[in-house]
Amino acid sequence: MLRRILSLIVKELLALLRDAKSRFVVIVPPLVQLFVFSYAATYDVTSIRLAVLDESRTQESRALLAAFQGAPAFAELVPVARDDDLSALVERRAVTAALHIPPRFAADLRTDPPARVSLVLDGRMSNTAQIVHGYVTAILLDFGRAWGAAHGWPAPPSVIVERVWFNPNMESLWVVVPGLAGVLTMVVALVVTALSVARERELGTFEQLLVTPLRPVEILIGKTVPALIIGLLEATLIVVAAQVWFGVPLTAPVWLLYGALTVFLLSIIGVGLFISSLVQTQQQAIVGAFLFLVPAIILSGFATPLDNMPPWLQAATWVNPLRHMMVILRGVFLKDAAPALVLDSLWPMAVIAVGTLAGAAWLFRRRLG
Amino acid sequence: MTRSAGLDPRRTAALVRKEALQVMRDPSSLAIAFVLPLVLLFLFGYGVSLDADDVRLAVVVENPTPDTAGFTATLANSPYFQVTELRSRQEAVPLLDRGAVRGIVVLGQRFSADYRAGAEAPVQVILDGADANTARLVQGYVQGVWSTWLTQEALRQGRSLAVPVVAEGHVRYNPQLRSRNFLIPGLIAIIMALIGTLLTALVVAREWERGTMESLMATRVGVGEILVGKLLPYFVLGMGGMALSVGLAVTLFQVPFRGSVAALVLVSAVFLLGALAMGLVISALTRNQFAAGQVAIVAAFLPAFMLSGFVFEISAMPLPIQALTTVVSARYFVSSLQTLFLAGTVWRVLLPDLLAMTAIAAVFLAIAVRSTRKRLD
Amino acid sequence: MAAASDPLVVLRGVVKRFGRTAVVDGLDLAVAPGGVTAVVGPDGAGKTTLLRLMAGLLAPDAGTVTVCGHDTIAEPEAARADLGYMPQRFGLYQDLSVAENLALHADLQGLPPADRPVVFERLLAFTGLAPFTGRLAGKLSGGMKQKLGLACVLIRKPRVLLLDEPTVGVDPVSRRDLWAMVQALRDDGTAVVWSTSYLDEAERCETVVVLDGGRVRFAGPPADLTAQVAGRTHVVEGLSGDRRRIQRRANALPAVVDALIQGPAVRLVLAEGAAPPAAEALGDSAAQVVPVPPRLEDAFVALLAPARPAVPGVRLDVRVGKGAADAIAVHDLTRRFGDFVAADRVTFSVPRGEVFGLLGPNGAGKSTTFRMLCGLLPASGGTARVAGFDLGRAAPAARARIGYVAQKFSLYEALTGRQNLAFFGGVYGLGRRALAEAVARVAGGLHLDAALDATVADMPLGIKQRLAVACAVLHGPEILFLDEPTSGVDPLTRREFWRHINGLAEDGVTVMVTTHFLDEAEYCDRVALMDAGRVIALGPPEDLKAAHRTAEVPEPTLEDAFIAAIAAERRETPP
Repeated sequence: MLRRILSLIVKELLALLRDAKSRFVVIVPPLVQLFVFSYAATYDVTSIRLAVLDESRTQESRALLAAFQGAPAFAELVPVARDDDLSALVERRAVTAALHIPPRFAADLRTDPPARVSLVLDGRMSNTAQIVHGYVTAILLDFGRAWGAAHGWPAPPSVIVERVWFNPNMESLWVVVPGLAGVLTMVVALVVTALSVARERELGTFEQLLVTPLRPVEILIGKTVPALIIGLLEATLIVVAAQVWFGVPLTAPVWLLYGALTVFLLSIIGVGLFISSLVQTQQQAIVGAFLFLVPAIILSGFATPLDNMPPWLQAATWVNPLRHMMVILRGVFLKDAAPALVLDSLWPMAVIAVGTLAGAAWLFRRRLG
Repeated sequence: MTRSAGLDPRRTAALVRKEALQVMRDPSSLAIAFVLPLVLLFLFGYGVSLDADDVRLAVVVENPTPDTAGFTATLANSPYFQVTELRSRQEAVPLLDRGAVRGIVVLGQRFSADYRAGAEAPVQVILDGADANTARLVQGYVQGVWSTWLTQEALRQGRSLAVPVVAEGHVRYNPQLRSRNFLIPGLIAIIMALIGTLLTALVVAREWERGTMESLMATRVGVGEILVGKLLPYFVLGMGGMALSVGLAVTLFQVPFRGSVAALVLVSAVFLLGALAMGLVISALTRNQFAAGQVAIVAAFLPAFMLSGFVFEISAMPLPIQALTTVVSARYFVSSLQTLFLAGTVWRVLLPDLLAMTAIAAVFLAIAVRSTRKRLD
Repeated sequence: MAAASDPLVVLRGVVKRFGRTAVVDGLDLAVAPGGVTAVVGPDGAGKTTLLRLMAGLLAPDAGTVTVCGHDTIAEPEAARADLGYMPQRFGLYQDLSVAENLALHADLQGLPPADRPVVFERLLAFTGLAPFTGRLAGKLSGGMKQKLGLACVLIRKPRVLLLDEPTVGVDPVSRRDLWAMVQALRDDGTAVVWSTSYLDEAERCETVVVLDGGRVRFAGPPADLTAQVAGRTHVVEGLSGDRRRIQRRANALPAVVDALIQGPAVRLVLAEGAAPPAAEALGDSAAQVVPVPPRLEDAFVALLAPARPAVPGVRLDVRVGKGAADAIAVHDLTRRFGDFVAADRVTFSVPRGEVFGLLGPNGAGKSTTFRMLCGLLPASGGTARVAGFDLGRAAPAARARIGYVAQKFSLYEALTGRQNLAFFGGVYGLGRRALAEAVARVAGGLHLDAALDATVADMPLGIKQRLAVACAVLHGPEILFLDEPTSGVDPLTRREFWRHINGLAEDGVTVMVTTHFLDEAEYCDRVALMDAGRVIALGPPEDLKAAHRTAEVPEPTLEDAFIAAIAAERRETPP
């Protein structure tokens, strides 16, 4: 039995790696995606263009504008003369936001604080609007504190002290790259397994396998192990790139990462084999894989937080292995997660893996019978 | 290179009719045009949101006093937070590790004493950088709540203000900052990029696979007739998918639509034409459905998703990637749709977008004509 | 001005390269109107490329192609105006009905609407498709699809009609219909070019063009080609010994170009000027060597047969099962798909060492029966014992004792020959040493040594086929299953394949083969003829032929007998 399975594994790996096309599929697209997505999938808001209407034209207002000029997130201040221009620039998206300093700004600041400025934000990108609002609030606080100190105001009774843990500079890259390790490994493992049986069916080699003394469970193991090996190699490639190229730290022990990856991959391979035994052609397999991948990625917390989803949908994400892997990946990369913490997300994946593999085995037998 | 001058109306009509019959008989095209947008809209509409309301926050109050109670109450009353009050950091830190809370606010042992002494009592905010975007939003919200609290306290106690300058935010087009309002128009652009490309990519590849293309080529049918015969039916189908998506956005997801329908039809038509032409190019180059499907997803869906500015700010990307986005047609469509839905018919946004989309569509059409040759080699 | 008898298609010095290989290499040819020109040649000879060049779908790298006086590249529209081309798989729109496919092509070919009723009626009557106008093309049988494809091409009677292997995968009954349709055209002065790998079809054409390596090896009336082997064809009759052994010995003689099993006899084609071998030289003193008239296939093989490899010496380590005398015993085997009975109480048995054929038209149930016997499909009723094991109870044990060569020779294309062998050896549980020994023995016997380290995808068809056999016999099976092994394969490759299979049969391996290529059935010791799920005739091929000998057809071929048997069966029990 061992020899038969070993032959299958060797054959599967050879078929995958000797064929230029399949070799390409497992190596090039994931790497390209890793690099493009890592840089493109950013929630950072930088290079802000701010339209400015300064109706105060005082030393104070100029000082405030200087504070904006000095802030790293702001690339350019676009001075305008009229309120209408301010709106027009926002409307045609020539600026990210607009600041209006009213004529009474300096007077209010001196005699009747707080002085008010108005900030026009573009709701067409509400996330950006919120972040810009946060930046502006922080600049105004700093400006106010400095101005107060210079003009003999008492020190404020309280200050905010911020600490960002796990990712001190709040770099999107540090968040995206570990997530991509999960997403891309999943895509490769799923496509490899979803296509494997379908391809053999199309080429006719599957019947050839079925007339040999191989049992269904042996065929399944022979399909699972190579996909696991490929998936782990793929993950290794990304983990190395994450550290060497992107400089993302790996804080937890490596064995923890690989243990979790193995369980994760098994759950994905189960899904892949399930699809594969359901379909007749590679085309259907690709459609099936796509139908699984898109929701799995969207509902994983990779791009947007799970907390924002409706509760029923949050509950439904429990069956998504990538959702659990996402927690583990961020934990082991950034948070130096303790094994107990990893275990919390590991056991649901283990349950899913057992479920999908058993489902695939059941369907496999049924389709053969 | 064979190109017949002009189109023979009867041959063209026959090809269009044939394609229409096939669409009706083989449900896969209908599924791509109508079921795919439906599924994706539901999935994204409910699954994707950048609204950070009810962010879970742990507040550690080491020494409760009326001052800390005032601050905690202001935090808890804010619509953004769902606050858990704790007495020690040791309880709070595991919550942050697990991702059960997005941040910890610590009011230390000496907070009240320092505050009363006017000695800059620290409000310590610990954020989870493992979700950088939420961290950044939480940062802004906490600052806002904190300055509100300080102002209220100052007014109550008749003290001079600690916060000399405040900003009044005016959010245009989407005052409640519902992320859905901007995500869904962007999403429609992505869906259209995918279905437009997929429709033609798959059907022309199917003609190659089934050998019907070889039969067509040996007749007097011209390249123009073949292309029009493909573009026209799927254009209609794609516009149907577009109408369905817009309808769902407005009714189910309650996204306001402030532009003119005519402008919407115009930008959609130009974009769809480009996407269909790109599908034609893909299928002419791959000649099999399997490869065409994969290339369509990689060449249409992923760039539309990642590089269109639909959710990720283009200005924050490295310059080479920003340059790449200028040739992604979806980028202009996203901008046009967001404007049409939320702002209205702003021609100064729409015209440059239209121009860019027309140029890209023209390039793809030209390549489609060149690559659909009437020969096999 | 062009005379009525001027050639309609003219190729001058045509060269077509794909990469560095010239698939058509300096070819001159003229096709005259009013006749059928058959293009024959081994696989890879350039038949399809030649037709595509004529259709203007490929541009020649050198030389010119003119159709009806127009250069296909300089004036493509004019050249296509009077041209009909049917590619190997004619592109019918599967989701359109018969009538819709016809209407589409009528529009594309600019047939005026007024003419349509007459033309459609003529074509539908001609093809026998009139009762099926509403049926989707995708739901037609292979033969009907080809007829509809031909009808679409014939909407505006073309002056030049190009047909690329129109009869591949078509059962004998439909083949006859297609042939009759084309016959009707020759009277209208149409020039028909028909590429085929079936030489019996070529024999009936006005002109035959033999291609090999992209060059014309012969062009002229088939009779002229056949005449090249006049006096060189003999039959060895009255054999007392094994005909396969006689064939092998005959093939080893320098005087014999080709030896072929034909029913109970062995047919010989002699080398030029060679005398017929004595019966003793063939190891059977009782046999008589009798001259027979030559056939086109004899001349074709004599023209193209390269230096042939020696007869295989594969010795299989066959484990003879205990007790059971029959390798396969089938009793009342039935398979239902819903209401449809695909195999209906099939009963037969195959003694050890026999070559047994399952024949029948498409949908007759032969594939269903075959798949049940390989264990690919469970039976709905009845019993089947294979190698002494009941398939219902001990299928894995039975599977370990059979070898299976699928129609598409299911090899892993990305792997080398050796890796394929190692894989199949491994799944049959051969240990490292046993595997090395088996690979050496089988690869030597099948002349595969040189090809073992090449990637399968790069192998020529003939080598792939042998490799597939090697993979199937590595573990020394008692029974070898062959599914349509030589469908669409040229006579040379087919001969080579059967030479190896006969070698295995001589070794005592039982061979079970499905085919609708009836010449192939001649290699069988016995055949079962199936129709509508039932076995309607069972016995040696010569008995089958004898049963259908009539006054009109005194010497029926197996194909004649096959068609007659099915017609008789359908008269008795209409479907």
